[in-house]
Amino acid sequence: MTDTVDNAKATPEQAQPYRELGLKDDEYARIREILGRRPTDAELAMYSVMWSEHCSYKSSKVHWKHWSANTTPEMKAKMLAGIGENAGVVDIGDGWAVTFKLESHNHPSYVEPYQGAATGVGGIVRDIMAMGARPLAVMDPLRFGAPDHPDTKRVLPGIVSGVGGYGNCLGLPNIGGEVVFDPSYQGNPLVNALCVGAMRVEDLHLAHASGTGNKVILFGARTGLDGIGGVSVLASETFSGDEGGTGRKKLPAVQVGDPFTEKVLIECCLELFAEGIVVGIQDLGGAGLSCATSELASAGDGGMHVELDRVPLRAKGMTPAEILSSESQERMCAVVKPSDVDAFMRVCAKWDVIATEIGEVTEGDRLIITWHGETVVDVPPRTVAHEGPMYERPIERPHDQDSLQANGPEQLARPSTPDELRAEILRMAASPNLASRRWVTEQYDRYVRGGTVLAQPSDSGMIRVDEQTGRGVALATDCNGRFVKLDPYTGTQLALAEAYRNVAVSGATPLAVTNCLNFGSPEDPAVMWQFEQAVRGLAEGCKELGIPVTGGNVSFYNQTGSTAILPTPVVGVLGVIDDVRRRIPTGIGAEAGETLLLLGDTRDEFGGSEWAHEVHGHLGGLPPKVDLAREKLLADILVAGSRDGMISAAHDLSDGGLAQTLVETVLIGEVGARVFLDPDQDPFVQLFSESAGRVLVAVPRSEELRFTEMCTARGLPWRRTGVVDPESGTLEIQGVGEIALPELREAWEGTLPALFG
Amino acid sequence: MRIGAVTFPGTLDDSDTARAITASGAEAVALWHGDADLKGVDAVILPGGFSYGDYLRAGAIARFAPVMGEIIDAARKGMPVLGICNGFQVLCEAGLLPGALLRNAGLHFVCRDQWLKVENNNTAWTTRYDANAEIIIPIKNMDGRYTASKSTVDELEGEGRVVFRYTGGNPNGSFDDIAGVSDPTGRIVGLMPHPEHAIDALTGPSDDGLGMFLSALDSVVAA
Repeated sequence: MTDTVDNAKATPEQAQPYRELGLKDDEYARIREILGRRPTDAELAMYSVMWSEHCSYKSSKVHWKHWSANTTPEMKAKMLAGIGENAGVVDIGDGWAVTFKLESHNHPSYVEPYQGAATGVGGIVRDIMAMGARPLAVMDPLRFGAPDHPDTKRVLPGIVSGVGGYGNCLGLPNIGGEVVFDPSYQGNPLVNALCVGAMRVEDLHLAHASGTGNKVILFGARTGLDGIGGVSVLASETFSGDEGGTGRKKLPAVQVGDPFTEKVLIECCLELFAEGIVVGIQDLGGAGLSCATSELASAGDGGMHVELDRVPLRAKGMTPAEILSSESQERMCAVVKPSDVDAFMRVCAKWDVIATEIGEVTEGDRLIITWHGETVVDVPPRTVAHEGPMYERPIERPHDQDSLQANGPEQLARPSTPDELRAEILRMAASPNLASRRWVTEQYDRYVRGGTVLAQPSDSGMIRVDEQTGRGVALATDCNGRFVKLDPYTGTQLALAEAYRNVAVSGATPLAVTNCLNFGSPEDPAVMWQFEQAVRGLAEGCKELGIPVTGGNVSFYNQTGSTAILPTPVVGVLGVIDDVRRRIPTGIGAEAGETLLLLGDTRDEFGGSEWAHEVHGHLGGLPPKVDLAREKLLADILVAGSRDGMISAAHDLSDGGLAQTLVETVLIGEVGARVFLDPDQDPFVQLFSESAGRVLVAVPRSEELRFTEMCTARGLPWRRTGVVDPESGTLEIQGVGEIALPELREAWEGTLPALFG
Repeated sequence: MRIGAVTFPGTLDDSDTARAITASGAEAVALWHGDADLKGVDAVILPGGFSYGDYLRAGAIARFAPVMGEIIDAARKGMPVLGICNGFQVLCEAGLLPGALLRNAGLHFVCRDQWLKVENNNTAWTTRYDANAEIIIPIKNMDGRYTASKSTVDELEGEGRVVFRYTGGNPNGSFDDIAGVSDPTGRIVGLMPHPEHAIDALTGPSDDGLGMFLSALDSVVAA
């Protein structure tokens, strides 16, 4: 029997499995208090998913004060939509608005790597569509366990082919991301997905259900039993002892994606937007219809009535609770004026997209959901969508933080002879975290749609937005979890600084920030300390750089066994470039006669470095210093240099230091170089230190003086570090030796194919 | 001069193909899978993608679309037709070109800048290239391994109907390094790599692909 509101009123004492659904005693009590009765099964399903950590941000929301406290009016002015919408939107000029967001799909991707990663891509793309934008490109920051662990051979190929399988079939270029290995991710890989989209400023659609009498239309795939997760507890209550009797079968909690359906849905949505017949729109992702209906209703100016029995299903005998919490993929929900419904249906029919009127916007402020005429949900929608519990979790600096920081890298044995240094360069180039990502990125289509100007292995991905003017955007995501572990505040600012620098290195001006904060359990005070430090570091860093955080995502409970992952606040920075034709490539040698200049200061900084990790398995000390004013100056100079045609190539220095940057620069450019180290500084430090705020640029000899004079005048340290040598076919480092490019390439490109086939 | 680019549900490179047609100086005409209407075009391109999700088998469902009946008729009468990637698969499924495309030898999707040798510069789509020209254009597919019976391949090789061959490494295990083939008339050509992604060195590895679109213009004018 269906648990109706009337039934709930009549049976106030009926026991409900709220604990199995993840609700705490006091949370359940609060639901009863809000409703003045016990919730129905359907209401319990809605509250339990919407009040989950994933949907409600109950442990993290209290820290959002750092975003608002650090957003100045000038920063706010660039945002057309910010935190709280499906995705942040920024004005990039010429009447274009760009929306972008990062999201996690970590836990499903461990259970079922291919589908977990695929639906992660699908979900973030729908978030971007829900803003009224055409999705333009995706990026995927990924983290895996030890490269040689047997389970990594299961997880990594599955995740990579899932990201590719979905994105390629969807027709979105994959323009970058990260692949990082660390044993802390062994039982908990990180799959973060970023999507960027663009629209004309006037076409921005915000998710809201306004206008009494307007119709609510569900369109896209049918609703099934996949991805129901915890709510199956309710199903098993209702259907206990009925195994197979109704033809139902339990499906895995990980959703299954169909990129073909999503591709058609994208084109259908864009045609609907172009027709101007969408009042409000919302994607169905986590928490499915529970989320879409409650968010649409609470953002509008009225209530909403939904007839749940009209939802097209692909399984028999689904209960209202199951329909509300199904996470079947490739579905959207729109609010449409009654006079536009026919036109809406015509567009959907053209694309063979199933569309069903499931309800309407009503007077009043209740979300009422009926099932064959009986009311199964009658709630104030804001209490479901926005007024969930909020916790001030205990915070405590880890007891071992001091000893971790005291255990610096100073005692580690360093290579010193030329032969040792040469061998170290090759060893580092072949290390799993620094080796070429080609094995991964070759599985992603980077060309589709014809707007990709830069993609991996460039420091940032760049997409042309306006074909006439050449206006475009650049995006980079970064995070070194070891730096964050050593000092979460500084480490997060280093992630911000690196992504910011990577955008500037392409010639674009950094404009806005998104993030995906991957951490361990919020119930662990040490994790919450890391989290609070990271949020504060990011917020204050963004203020200093003058670029706003437009949105983000939090993923807690990431741990291998009882050990939390390295805290991994992935930071994404978006930049704008007025004409993509002046982008700065990564590879040197495009112009005859180039000088290599190293910009910035190199210090003896090895805490959390790739060298300490790879060679000594060491993590301790302090991360490199961060100087955001310097990063800003560096970015200004790179953009100015690009604008005036003074820079022919540039590559930032980060993991692996100058040595790795040189390796990549010559191999990507397919040309040799001669490098002169500073005789006054230890060659090892110069080659492998990971000091922040540094970039290697190649300038045509004719521009060298003009460029270096600009650096000197503006106070940016620079050093003439080498020359491009088109004849030699080697990377020659004075005082270290020569490495022929084929030998270098074999080291750099051989590792991932050897590991993963 | 009007060149059509067909959109099936799941076609991905239709806008890229239209851009390349425009760049060659022709007018790009959008053709819809459900309309049995070629809108008076002079040549047709079937772009890449995953038509109908590539469910069942790549290209297997698309060949039954209403627009395909018109294309098959026009092709038999000599209209130049180019199938790129999924479009090549559709032409094979439709029987306009011999052979079939199987899953890549490495079982991975492969996206890379690929060197090709133009083996036949007398087809409707290759006259702008020098004989044996080497060009670099992107390849990106899951099912790109060309295969055909021994006798068919002998026939193709003997008649100069292998139009493009992979050089500098075979990306997918294709028989005889075959990247593209033509029908006996040279009016119908299919290839796995994507010339529409190589019309401008800003967004592709080169502008080597433009020659195919320009060649079609020449062949229509000459006809």
